[in-house]
Amino acid sequence: MAEQGKQSMVRLQDLRVSFKAPGKTIRAVSGVDLELAEGEVVALIGESGSGKSVTLRSIMRLHPEARTRIEGRLEVDGRDVLAMNGRELSALRGDAVAMIFQEPLLALDPVYTVGAQIVETIRRHRKVSATEARAQALALFEKVRIPSPERRLDAYPHEMSGGMRQRAMIALALSCSPKVLLADEPTTALDATVQIQILLLLRELQRELGLSIIFVTHDIGAAVEVADRIAVMYAGRIVEQGPAARLLTQPRHPYTMSLLQSRSHGAMQKGQRLQTIPGAPPDLANLPPGCAFAERCAHARPDCLSQQPPELKLDAQHAVRCLRAQELQFAA
Amino acid sequence: MSLTAHLLSEDKQDIGGPRQPLLGVRALLKHFPLKQQGLPFRRGPANAVRAVDGVSFDILKGETLGVVGESGCGKSTTARVLMQLIQQDSGELVFDGQTVGSRALPLRQFRRQAQMVFQDSYSSLNPRMTIEDSIAFAPTVHGLPARQAIARARSLLARVGLQPERFAGRYPHELSGGQRQRVNIARALALEPRLVILDEAVSALDKSVEAQVLNLLLDLKQEFGLTYLFISHDLNVVRFISDRVLVMYLGQVVEVGPAEQVFDAPRHPYTRALLRSMPSMDPTRRTEEAPLAGDPPNPINPPSGCRFHTRCQFAQEVCKQRAPSFVEATPGHGVACLRYEAGSGYDATAFEAGMIIEELQHG
Repeated sequence: MAEQGKQSMVRLQDLRVSFKAPGKTIRAVSGVDLELAEGEVVALIGESGSGKSVTLRSIMRLHPEARTRIEGRLEVDGRDVLAMNGRELSALRGDAVAMIFQEPLLALDPVYTVGAQIVETIRRHRKVSATEARAQALALFEKVRIPSPERRLDAYPHEMSGGMRQRAMIALALSCSPKVLLADEPTTALDATVQIQILLLLRELQRELGLSIIFVTHDIGAAVEVADRIAVMYAGRIVEQGPAARLLTQPRHPYTMSLLQSRSHGAMQKGQRLQTIPGAPPDLANLPPGCAFAERCAHARPDCLSQQPPELKLDAQHAVRCLRAQELQFAA
Repeated sequence: MSLTAHLLSEDKQDIGGPRQPLLGVRALLKHFPLKQQGLPFRRGPANAVRAVDGVSFDILKGETLGVVGESGCGKSTTARVLMQLIQQDSGELVFDGQTVGSRALPLRQFRRQAQMVFQDSYSSLNPRMTIEDSIAFAPTVHGLPARQAIARARSLLARVGLQPERFAGRYPHELSGGQRQRVNIARALALEPRLVILDEAVSALDKSVEAQVLNLLLDLKQEFGLTYLFISHDLNVVRFISDRVLVMYLGQVVEVGPAEQVFDAPRHPYTRALLRSMPSMDPTRRTEEAPLAGDPPNPINPPSGCRFHTRCQFAQEVCKQRAPSFVEATPGHGVACLRYEAGSGYDATAFEAGMIIEELQHG
């Protein structure tokens, strides 16, 4: 469902990811279709265990090969990622696609300075001298607006504050000017005052560099600040996707609706009980045959329990997986 | 809650009546000294992380006091000092008229009446004890016979929504995050406390689970007549659950007042910036400019004068030199900002002009 006329940077077709565990198979992602157009920002939102991070990491094939099974089609910039060998993958990672993580202190190497890590990445992918790579690193630090960048290049990750570390990781991710940026909960560990700074920075960089971004988060507010489109995941499937404004004002899936109810403005009225979704998400090792949300859904019919709802396209941009989507109308 | 005929209650009567604060905090100070660096004869003055630097407030009986602030502002250190998990350097805690740690109220008795729930539900439970034993542990320590303690644990489990037949014998790793946090809440209630400190107790939970736990907390508060100190960085949640809100910045209280007033008409520039940092939830009206630049300053060497002056858009020369004192702008709504202090030398007209421009920009 990418915008017309623009090239699709990431295309996932019926992506299925499962992990082997002793005595069971965990179906983390069971059939995801997602397309990311050039220069577009898509937010994947969902609760823990909904498969949003697994989907994101599959795009770079970061899961342990031995116990992971990835099926379906997975294309980045027109290239088939699942068919790549080790060398091709290494060339792809960091160069065409880069990722920023939730916890920069774990993602950055503690025994090298941040500058050295950026220089290493640049020189791994480009034929430049060390001096030139360092000059590029400095320019990147200025771009992500790290104060006194010259000095900070020689700092170790532990010497920086949380917000600055996240900026440094963004600089590292951008070091080889990738076309696609994958962001895995990049602001979750940050304070609200710093979170908004990082979100604004990402938005600005996206505009300036024409990046395509997939932004994974559980915070609808953060998604709204950066995303053009939002895709809502539940139990390994995208249950609804559409333009951010549409999804927020005219959600069609009961799960999207209850997510919004828990967060939208005025939903948390003092003195009233909060609207909750009863029950808990299904066990991914033992998914029900029908709609995974049916058990918790207030609008479920008997056939919801037995039948997997197909994707229903409401228009060119807005799609939903719910058997009752045509009858149910919600107002946010 | 009369789960069992118990021996705990006789020292838990309401002493000062409903108008006396349940817990009074007076000029609380907690510094963590840093290791000295360099040669012994060249040492300068000892550095310290000034985590809590002169904090005073009251927790009223039956209220929920919300505490907000960025990481490193001293919220959690304050909570730990209140529970006496760490000792304050100076300052006093007065629980219902009695000084904590004094002869009238020894620590052991204080802890029967004040309990805490932590953020990390997993690391705050003993992995080698069943949850039933974890909950029954404290009552046993305080002299309840083992059988009665187990009975109490089971009825508490039922109360927090975990059927005892299914869950009592499980170990922490066999539960989900939300279930474990329910266990922690049950454990905190096992001694029938009057004050429960919730330190980011719902922050690690998914939104739908968070809502369930918040509802549970509201119910328990009413049922057992509890008083909450609710620490969180999520302003929506704090607004929802709190009667009064306290805003901290770099180890000090900058604003305290009724929740609606603090959220709808914040006085301190920091509170205003904090509220505006929340994502807008409206794709047509996204945030265009970050309300605050940079990270909070280091609490090792906090800025002189008003600690917020380095990030404050209304800062004037006087803010660098003079530390504001805490004044009640309206009854019950206090703020530490020179703007509201009579005769501070702060030019209030510039402040008002700036406010008007800000209102126009942000509606």
